[in-house]
Formats: sequence, C-alpha cells, structure tokens
Amino acid sequence: MAAKRTKTRWGVHLALIAVCALVALPALYAVQMATLTFAQTMVAPPQVFPPGGDLLANLTALFQRQNFGTMLVNTTLVALVVALGKTSLGLLAALAFVYFRFPGKTVLFFAVLFTLLLPTEIILLPLFRMMSDLGWGEAHPRLALTVPFLATAAGTFLFRQHFSNIPRELAEAAQIDGAAPLRFLLAVLIPMSWNVIGAHLLVQFIASWNQYLWSLLIVSDPAQQMIQVGVKQTMSAGLQTDFGLLMTAGVAASLPPLILFVALHRQFMNGFSLTQDK
Amino acid sequence: MPTDTDLRFERWWTRAAAIFSTVLIVGFFAAEFSGLIRLGEWLANGIAGLPAAVEAVLAHYAALTPAMLLIPLLIGGGVGAAATWFAVPGVHRSRHALIGAGLGALSGQMLTAGLRHCTYAPEAPPGEQIAGVALTALSALALLLPAWTLMRGWTGGAAGMFRRPGTAYLLLAPTLLSLGLFLYLPGIQTAALSLSLRRFPLPQERFVCLGNYAALTADPIYQNSFVTTLAITAAIVAISLTAALGIAVLASQKVRFIAVYRAVLIAPFALSPVVSGVIFLALFREGSSGVLSALLIGLFGGAPNWLRDPSIARWVIVAASVWNILGFNILFYLAGLQNVPQDLLEAAQIDGANRWQRFFRVTLPLLSPYTFFLLVANVTYGFYGVYGAVDALTQGGPPLGAAGQLGGATDMLIYKLYQDAFSPGSPVGLAAAQAVVLFILVAGLTLLQFGRVERRVTYGG
Repeated sequence: MAAKRTKTRWGVHLALIAVCALVALPALYAVQMATLTFAQTMVAPPQVFPPGGDLLANLTALFQRQNFGTMLVNTTLVALVVALGKTSLGLLAALAFVYFRFPGKTVLFFAVLFTLLLPTEIILLPLFRMMSDLGWGEAHPRLALTVPFLATAAGTFLFRQHFSNIPRELAEAAQIDGAAPLRFLLAVLIPMSWNVIGAHLLVQFIASWNQYLWSLLIVSDPAQQMIQVGVKQTMSAGLQTDFGLLMTAGVAASLPPLILFVALHRQFMNGFSLTQDK
Repeated sequence: MPTDTDLRFERWWTRAAAIFSTVLIVGFFAAEFSGLIRLGEWLANGIAGLPAAVEAVLAHYAALTPAMLLIPLLIGGGVGAAATWFAVPGVHRSRHALIGAGLGALSGQMLTAGLRHCTYAPEAPPGEQIAGVALTALSALALLLPAWTLMRGWTGGAAGMFRRPGTAYLLLAPTLLSLGLFLYLPGIQTAALSLSLRRFPLPQERFVCLGNYAALTADPIYQNSFVTTLAITAAIVAISLTAALGIAVLASQKVRFIAVYRAVLIAPFALSPVVSGVIFLALFREGSSGVLSALLIGLFGGAPNWLRDPSIARWVIVAASVWNILGFNILFYLAGLQNVPQDLLEAAQIDGANRWQRFFRVTLPLLSPYTFFLLVANVTYGFYGVYGAVDALTQGGPPLGAAGQLGGATDMLIYKLYQDAFSPGSPVGLAAAQAVVLFILVAGLTLLQFGRVERRVTYGG
C-alpha cells in the first residue's frame, strides 16, 4: 500500500513538472532573450543558454529612449484609480441592492445586469467621438483612460452575492444601534469582505494594467501611453525588430501584475470560492 | 459564509488603506480638474439639447402613416402578451398578459423608433422587413424581463432592510450615471451610427436603414472574418478548457511543493494578450535564428513559414491565446474541485464506481457551474481579448486569395472592426454595424449559457 502510494506520488510529481515546464518555457525563453544584445538575438542557432549580460543595457535603453519610466508611472496610476474606483462604486451599489427596498429596484437591477453583456470594445467608436468632443485624448489622457470605466456590473454582482451570504441579523443589530448605512458598510460589511474585495481589486488592477485597444486609440502623445502600447511600440522602434529589447519590454511590463498575482493568488481563490458555491 | 480569516486584518491596516486610496483618487482627479469641468459643460449642453430631440421624435411619429404606426405596435403587444402568458403562470395570468401586451407595445417602439420605422416602409426590401419584425419583437422583450420578476412576486424579506429609499438612490447614483453615460449612451450611438453612411474624418451622414448590414452579409471579406473568428474562438475555448481541467485535476493532488506548481501554472494569466503575443512572436520566428524553427530544422531539416502560412498562423494565434488564459481557467477549476464534497466521491467509490466513472459522473457535473462561467469568459476572450495578440503577431495577415482580396487569415472580427473604423476614408457606419453584430453574437452566446446554468441550478435544487 505504502509502496503504491509513493509510486503514484512520483508519477504526479513528474506529470506536474512536465506541465509546469511546458507552461513556463515560453516565459523563460523571453527572459533569456531579454539578456541578449541585438547581434546575439540574430545568431543561428539561437542562444538558449547561457544568458547574456545585456539585461541592464536593454532596460536602460527602454527607459531612456522609449519613455518606459513615464509609461510605468501612468499605467500604475490609471490601473490603481480604476481598480479602486470600481471597487468603491461596486460596494456602494451592492449595499443599495442588498440592504434597501426602494421603488424601481428590479428595473435598475436589470439595467446593471444588462451591462454584463455590453463590453467596452463594442462602444469605443462613439466613446472616441465623445472624448474628442471633450478634448480629453490630447489634453487629459488620464481622464480618458479612467473616468469612463469607473462603474462595474461584475463587481456589483460579486459584492451583492457576498453580502447576501452575510447573516441578516448583523444588519438588524446595526439598525437597532441606529447605525447609518455607510457606517454599517465601513464598520461591518467591509471588514467581513476583505477576501472578496482583495480579489476584486486584483482582477480589476490586472485587467486595467493589461488593457491595450482603448489606450492605442485615444492617447495621442506617445510619451503618455500605457505600458502595453509601449511594448508594441518597441516592436517597430528600429528598422528591424530588436527581440532582446522587445522581450525586455515584455518582461518589464509584466512584472508588476505578475508579482501581485503570484503573491495574492491564494486570497484571490478564497475570495471567489466563498461566493461561487452559492 | 464569511470566515474568521476575513477578520484577521487589523484596524490600522484598514485605515491606512482607506487614507491611501482617498488621497490617491482625490489627487488624481484634482490634477485634471479642468478636464472634469469640460465634462460638466458637455453634459449641460447635452441636457439643453434634449427638448429639440423630443420634438424631433414627436415630429417623426406625426409623419408616420397609420400602417407604419400600428403594425409594430401590434407586433410588440402580441409578443408581450404571448411571452408573458407563458413566462408567468399563476392565478392572475390574463391580467399579467394584458400588462405584458402594453409593455411589449411600448418597449417594441425602442428599436423600431431607433430605426425610424424604415423597415415598415412599403418600399423596404423583404429581407429588411423580416429583420424589422424580428427587431421589434426582440425590443418588446426588453421591459418584460424585469416586469416578469415583479409579477412572480417579491422574494426578498423585510428583515435587515434600511428604510430610506433616498439613500439607496444616492448609493446607486455613481454606478448608474457612469453606466448610463459611458456604456448605454455610446451603445445607443453605436446602433444609430450603424444605420448611417459616413466616411471617417467627414461629419456628413446619410440614413441608410439596414443597408450597412446588407452590405456586410454580401461582403466575402467579412464572411471570411466571421468564419475565422468562430473557428479560432472555438479552438481556443475547446483546448483551453480541456487542458485546464486536466491540469487542475493534476494540481489538486495533495503533494509536496503543490503551492509552487500552482503558482507556476496560473502565472501567465497575469500577462497581457500583447505580451503573450510578442513572446510567441519570438518563439515562432522564421529562419534558423528562431528557436522553434531551429529545433525543427535540426530534427527534420526544415521548418514552416509560421506566420506567412494562413492555417499555421491561425494556430499560432490559438497557441498564444490558450497560453494566456490557461492560468485563469486552472484557477477556477481548482476552486471548483475544492468545493466537490468528498463524501459524494466516497459514496460513489463504495458503490463500485472506478476512478473514471467518479470523475465523469460525479466531479464533472458538479463542476458545471464553473465550466459555464469559464465558457462565457473564454468566448469573450476569443471574441474581444484576442485583439492584442493579433496586433502583435500577424496584424490580421497573412493575406487570403491571390492578392488578399479575400481578407486576412487571422483578420478576426474585433481586429477588422477597428481597422475599418480608424483608417482614413473608412466607412464608420459599416464598422458600427460590425460592432453591433459582434455584440449580438457574444451576448446571444452568453445568454444561452446563462439560460442553461439557470435551468441546471433550478432542477439540481
């Protein structure tokens, strides 16, 4: 029995290592290429080992010639504001939907529900026109990247689901104590929802960090661009694509969300499994 | 249910986070204050233009012939009555059907008036007339869905409810305003734009009824793009879901270092489609300095022209996309597998079910809510998210037909849409029509999947 168990365990390890290798190899090769000079990326067969010594030089080139510093700051700000905005608005809306009775609740609920079907990719044409009317594309790219995306149907439903699993007695007790709704949210609901809030913040931050199409369309000043467009711009920075530089750009643009995600993925799983089972 | 772990955060932590967030948001918007003032002015202008818009609608209705006015009203009313009769059984059935008729007639007018009743004009071609009836019927259902929920009776209890409705509206106001102004309004504008003929930088517009849609269905390039999108999305969804399920079962074993394995497996989800696109661009480089090409040349003496061969280029897009979303799927399947009750599996084992039977008869059905959720998310990725990968890898190419007169092999709908919309002299109305078709496609698939989940959950108790 014991022998059999060890045997299957080894099989599991081997299979897991194989799958992990398959998933990780593209990323590892990108990191490897990020350490090479342009000339080194052109040799045949390609240098897959050992790493070159040019990672720092590539990074410096990105920051000095491709505005990566400004883009990273911009993207961080925009992603933080969008994630925080969506979380706050979602919490407020969920509070209204779970703990209030008011005329028109069902209709408004469906109005929010319906937007789950309406992705932003569909409406970028008129949104582009609206932003041109406002002059935000040139003068206020940060507003154009944040203000239209502060509300969230998905977040509202996530929090609504979570709140409706919280015992009603807590709300009754709060009302008997005479607590105002906002006080109830801040003192009772939010402290009971950290996992869900954390998961929501993480997903929205990553989604916002990784968005590409809208910033490509609306931001006219290349120096004010978002980081994903910066990666794409690196592709055509010279006469021929410098893969060493391009992979360095990809790695630099991916590290912040990657680190956050790997560090917080357990909270993320808890946040969703709590609500998914009901 | 909330658990004790939710409460482990200390108060100071909460306060620090709240203060940081507030300072960040206030600072961010204060720095762009003049832009926000522009938004206020723009809104005021829009509101000032409302009476004129109402007048235009009234004038439109006044000019209609009785037939053009009555036929859509009857269609909407009939659909409303019939649908309500079947959707809401109960003692008040006929009264509800009557209300349904009224609401259907009213909400059927939304799309019909948006189309300026043009499909009901005597000179409209038969195809447009049929499409117009379908659109009126569809539009009639819009107000009925929330109405049915009300007719079926209020389900929420009164316990633990705050009393002042005014506060509820205040809490909802930011969400509703934002969704209305930046999602509903541009959504309606997209639909309106799709009915007009317009070239990109020029402001002139001409109303062409459903002409843009007729042009799309007749366009071979669009047909190719449509088929390409369905094929690539189907491949992405099938491969990523199957692979994720298998890997999640593997990664749900309780072995040593499992946390490390899991972290590696789900990590690519944090990368963007653009980044996964450029990584696969490096992997699939042509010539002997490309890593996969060099490998194949070493083994077989030759390598394909990855991104210049139409069918291989499509598979490269599929590979980059699957790699990108696999982690997301694994994550949710892992969560789902943790929620499968062990006693059910043990009971099946006692009943003599072998490992495969237990997986396919017990685990897989219990995972179906996760599968449906992931199906929606992956279809959405295939239709919309893939833009970045296509832009990085192929830019819609390689060309199909002798000189690309049939479009590009990876010119997916979302990519073609924004290529068409923003090149100089491009037909904006046609691009908007593409956006509407894309929306209908994805929304239809999503609703279909929602419907199936709901049925399963209801019957499953």
